[in-house]
Amino acid sequence: MSDQTQTGVPEHAANAPAAAPTPTAPKARADGRTKMKARQVNVFYGDKQALFDVDIDIMEHAVTSLIGPSGCGKSTFLRCLNRMNDVVDICRVQGSIEMEGEDIYDPKVDVVHLRARVGMVFQKPNPFPKSIYENIAYGPKIHGIVRNKAECDELVETSLRKAGLWEEAKDRLDQPGTGLSGGQQQRLCIARAIAVQPEVILMDEPCSALDPIATAKIEDLIHELRENYTIVIVTHSMQQAARVSQKTAFFHLGDLIEYGETETIFTNPKDEKTQGYITGRFG
Amino acid sequence: MTLAFAVALIVLIGFAYYLGQSRALKARDGRGARLHSLPSYYGMYAALWCAIPAAALLAVWSAFQGTIVEQMILADITEELSGLDQSRIGLVMNDIRNLATGGITSSDPSPAIQEAAARYSNLMVTAKAAMFVIALALGSGGLLLAFRRISPDLRARNRVERIIMTVLMLSSTIAILVTLGIVLSLVFEASRFFAQIPITEFLFGLQWSPQIAIRADQVGSSGAFGAIPVFAGTMLISFIAMCVAAPIGLFSAIYMAEYANRKVRGVLKPVLEILAGIPTVVYGFFAALTVAPTLRDLGDSIGLDVASESALAAGAVMGIMIIPFVSSLSDDVISAVPSAMREGSYGLGATKSETIRKVVLPAALPGIVGALLLAVSRAIGETMIVVMAAGLSANLTANPFEAVTTVTVQIVTLLTGDQEFDSPKTLAAFALGLLLFVVTLILNVIALRVVRKYREQYD
Amino acid sequence: MTDATANGTTPASPDEVSKRVHASLKRRYAAEKRFQLYGVVAIGLALTFLFILFYDIISKGYSAFWQSHVTIEVEIDPGEVDPQGDRSLDSLRDGSYRGITRDAFTALFPTVEGRSERRHLLELMSGSADGVVRQRVLEDPSLVGQTIPVEVKLNDDADIYVKDKTVEVETAARVNGIASPTGTSGEIQILSTANDFGAILTAVKEMLAERAEDLRDDIEGDRARIERFESQLQSVEDEEVRSDLESSIASYEYDIEEAQKQIEDLQRRIDQPDVAEALNEGMPSYLVRINGGVVKITSVDNSRATGEVYLPLESVNDAPADSWEILTLPVAESDRRLSDKQVMWLWDLENRGLISLPFNTTLFTAGDSREPEQAGIWGAVVGSFYVLVVTLLLSFPIGVMTAVYLEEFAPKNKWTDLIEVNINNLAAVPSIVFGLLGLAMFLNFFGFPRSAPLVGGMVLTLMTLPTIIIAGRAALKAVPPSIREAALGMGASRIQAMTHHVLPLAMPGMLTGTIIGMAQALGETAPLLMIGMVAFIVDIPGGFTDPATVLPVQIYIWADSPERAFVERTSAAIMVLLAFLITMNLTAVLLRKKFEKRW
Repeated sequence: MSDQTQTGVPEHAANAPAAAPTPTAPKARADGRTKMKARQVNVFYGDKQALFDVDIDIMEHAVTSLIGPSGCGKSTFLRCLNRMNDVVDICRVQGSIEMEGEDIYDPKVDVVHLRARVGMVFQKPNPFPKSIYENIAYGPKIHGIVRNKAECDELVETSLRKAGLWEEAKDRLDQPGTGLSGGQQQRLCIARAIAVQPEVILMDEPCSALDPIATAKIEDLIHELRENYTIVIVTHSMQQAARVSQKTAFFHLGDLIEYGETETIFTNPKDEKTQGYITGRFG
Repeated sequence: MTLAFAVALIVLIGFAYYLGQSRALKARDGRGARLHSLPSYYGMYAALWCAIPAAALLAVWSAFQGTIVEQMILADITEELSGLDQSRIGLVMNDIRNLATGGITSSDPSPAIQEAAARYSNLMVTAKAAMFVIALALGSGGLLLAFRRISPDLRARNRVERIIMTVLMLSSTIAILVTLGIVLSLVFEASRFFAQIPITEFLFGLQWSPQIAIRADQVGSSGAFGAIPVFAGTMLISFIAMCVAAPIGLFSAIYMAEYANRKVRGVLKPVLEILAGIPTVVYGFFAALTVAPTLRDLGDSIGLDVASESALAAGAVMGIMIIPFVSSLSDDVISAVPSAMREGSYGLGATKSETIRKVVLPAALPGIVGALLLAVSRAIGETMIVVMAAGLSANLTANPFEAVTTVTVQIVTLLTGDQEFDSPKTLAAFALGLLLFVVTLILNVIALRVVRKYREQYD
Repeated sequence: MTDATANGTTPASPDEVSKRVHASLKRRYAAEKRFQLYGVVAIGLALTFLFILFYDIISKGYSAFWQSHVTIEVEIDPGEVDPQGDRSLDSLRDGSYRGITRDAFTALFPTVEGRSERRHLLELMSGSADGVVRQRVLEDPSLVGQTIPVEVKLNDDADIYVKDKTVEVETAARVNGIASPTGTSGEIQILSTANDFGAILTAVKEMLAERAEDLRDDIEGDRARIERFESQLQSVEDEEVRSDLESSIASYEYDIEEAQKQIEDLQRRIDQPDVAEALNEGMPSYLVRINGGVVKITSVDNSRATGEVYLPLESVNDAPADSWEILTLPVAESDRRLSDKQVMWLWDLENRGLISLPFNTTLFTAGDSREPEQAGIWGAVVGSFYVLVVTLLLSFPIGVMTAVYLEEFAPKNKWTDLIEVNINNLAAVPSIVFGLLGLAMFLNFFGFPRSAPLVGGMVLTLMTLPTIIIAGRAALKAVPPSIREAALGMGASRIQAMTHHVLPLAMPGMLTGTIIGMAQALGETAPLLMIGMVAFIVDIPGGFTDPATVLPVQIYIWADSPERAFVERTSAAIMVLLAFLITMNLTAVLLRKKFEKRW
């Protein structure tokens, strides 16, 4: 695994186009390369420690779900992966998180660039108070990914299509994103994240504010997106984790209790805490 | 006498409280009945019945005593006053009042006036004494009434609470009364002004020189009452002030809300609050004695003609005054933008400034506009800085180096100093005041509505 | 991205994206830095303004806390101070102290003679001096007949000289020669064995040259005007205008001629190398200190100065080079309030150690006065106190009651909405409008007295009410509903729940709002101008209806006064006002800190 990560970047470049003609079954893909590697991650909020020595390998083109009772540190860990915790003054992160063999907490790594590669979707849909078009175009524009209007139009359309929102939104691109329904807003946020063409997408309980139908749509979308992106999702719902993810990590009180294939975790957990949680004894 | 009366009234009220309470207790003990409320409520019931009529009488009486006594005096000396117009009569009354209080009069008082003055002070003393006596009598009457009604079945608590509630409600209507008072007095005085000067001339005239119209029999007494130059001067100074305050205040707010850590914020906020707490007269002093001469010398040294009462000096200092106002309002508004908005942007890899410029500020825009509007309204209504540092003559100019005058400066100059109250000159001040009130009111209403809408959006 | 590249719809591959993002970074971080810099600059500017403001006021005003006095030996002549001769307090109170005080002051300079010179000297003494002597005698009648030292105030200009050295007495260049004066008083000459006065002569000639230069500039200007008029003359037909123009031209031509004559004269004086040159009061003053006296130079050549004795010399002995000196007052006599002679008197008094600079108690104990050295802020402070008492007594109960009603009891309806909108608007109404209301309603309609703290307090109440109401409502809102519910659940009435539980918890917040409102009221000026509190009032107000002024208005009045000495007193009054305000605001902040977030 370490070999793979060390040679990660060139291999990825070679692999990406090759992956297209041979779309393999999701299960097989889940055993692919390691995209991100967290080692001995400790997180502190002021004096309080929120995460203890977390080690996780995140597989490329797989959906990894992070589950656990509230306050267990799963969201904290997720936010470490694109350094969103930098925004919090009192937050300190120790340990190493590597992406393609490069430590993302290395001072040389640019956080802006990192976040362009590791996108994020939040718990509550948070479209900007701008038009749908502007919402999508925002990322590409600030990063200078698009050079002209035509490119931009194209990218907006592709992103909306990928997020399954194009049909619903194509006639109202100039209307405010806040006017969409909750589920649409969340897909808009996903489209917004995709538009920057990240390699990894982090989702922080993306369905917790949505009704079941909208949730189903998002889950379908996650399935499709796995094709091209590595996805890490924090979820409260074990069913959802079971439905969408290939890998599952169970957190409890800041410790990573168990991490493995989703099937294994849900059918045959090694740790009794995991068992207790998934059988609903606490949580 | 006043002190003795105050003590007497307080004693009476205290007595009422004691009497009410003891009567309730006695009734309970005597008949073995259960009191509806706590004994203290019966005391309060009696005390309120005593205090409220007395207080009401005091308020009404003292509000009208002066006017009524003056009318009586004037009725006495009608022959003295025959042939005098309204403003002269006012002056005579002034003399009488001054004479009565031992002050200086404008001319040697005639015997009739002196007599009137003696009568005036007599009447005032009598009226005061009468007021006190009647107030105490009313209070005792109320007490008696309450005393007779007290029985164990009396729902004293509910009665007392109803009275308290009424008092609370009445006090909340004071805000309305104040607005009403402002509107009425301004409209009333202004309409007297517009009876003499056509309103169109006031609103659209390009000449403002009220100084001519000091005396009615003077040649050219009409004066010139075109408010445009005055208003233009106000706008010029406000504009300069906003040029200083808007960018500095806004960027300070952005820095405080988005960049400064808690420690820096903890220091900076109180410091800016100090800037906000400095009285305007201090800014006026600073503008008139330091900034204006400095600007003039600076102008001299580079060959610019800067008036020593330039609009620039007054405007710049006013801007400094408004900085904390803009910054604290904008700070609130920016902080109210939900952090999910920021996170969404950071999550896409935006830098802080990109997030602020492209997400936070557009989201906060309505609130910021509201804040700026409030600041403009503040600048327009600001008085002391311009009174001390701006000019008196109404120049219609857009040159910030020249002296201009403002609405508030004119109001102050027209109304300070001794002059009769009914000349167009003094009434013009009320017309200007009305104009000022209306303009700031419109700005405030719009601004408050915008800010409120904005708040609701994110609540 | 795989689908996309296959369809050819995505404009950039992941690598390309990565590259482009990288390419944009430098520019974006520069923008970030720039943006943050704007913020820092803005805050920096705000702080700089604050600093300049405080620095300006403190540097202008700190000297007002001291007042210069001079010690004089007053002979308490019974004939003057005790007209009835019985040493009773009544008699002593009626006595005349003016003469003995003035005599004592002029006795400081025995050589001063003549009415006008005496008056000139007495200008330096404050008009309050005889009052001080009277006070001393009334306190201790046994002093009558004795000669006692009394510290009396100098007048404002002298005070400024002593404190700020507005007129600097500089020692000019070293002298080399032996000087011999021709007399000890009156008009004398001083001869030096070296060219010690040459520097003065040069300076004088430089000034003459400057004057000549100015005249040449004037001529230039006049010529331009003449040219303009002449060109106008060619196009104008109207007879009257023509004659006007012609006469203007003639007068300018005359001016030019005169100026040219003057220039010639000046040039001649400049060119003559060693002829005595007269000094005038538009030039810096030069004085010679020699043999214990001072001579004001009126004309000089290189080695000889003619001048008038200001302070008498002890002898006509020759003075060796290190025992005499030339003093310079760089500010021309015509540009200052004190004459050379007065400066020299003060300078001499200082050298004799008679001038003291004790704390200026008058500033804090006296009412207003036209004489700066006798003016104080106590009257205004007392006035402010009365006004604030009225404001507090009215606005606190009304404000709290309104807040309680609106927050706790008011039904949600149009009327309540109207009140709310009203209060918010009132908070933003310009303060001067409240002054107009006070003038029209309280003074003209209800006939309340002018300039009275009672009316001032009422006007300020209307102004501060919104502040207190808004703060009070916020404080009430912060009390969690659970507390109300708990009280109501125990069977308390709504009013009991409010008075027993909610109000005490909200009180700190309400007090904070009230203090801030009071601070606003204390600093307010404009509405009080409208109701006549701007009058010149010497007496300390003794009640709520006495004519009074308040501290900010006193500042306004003093700032308008022409006397320079009022500038420092204004600044001092501002410092006092700011001290009050900052204390109040700090109290509010501390109160808020202490009680905030209890739940």
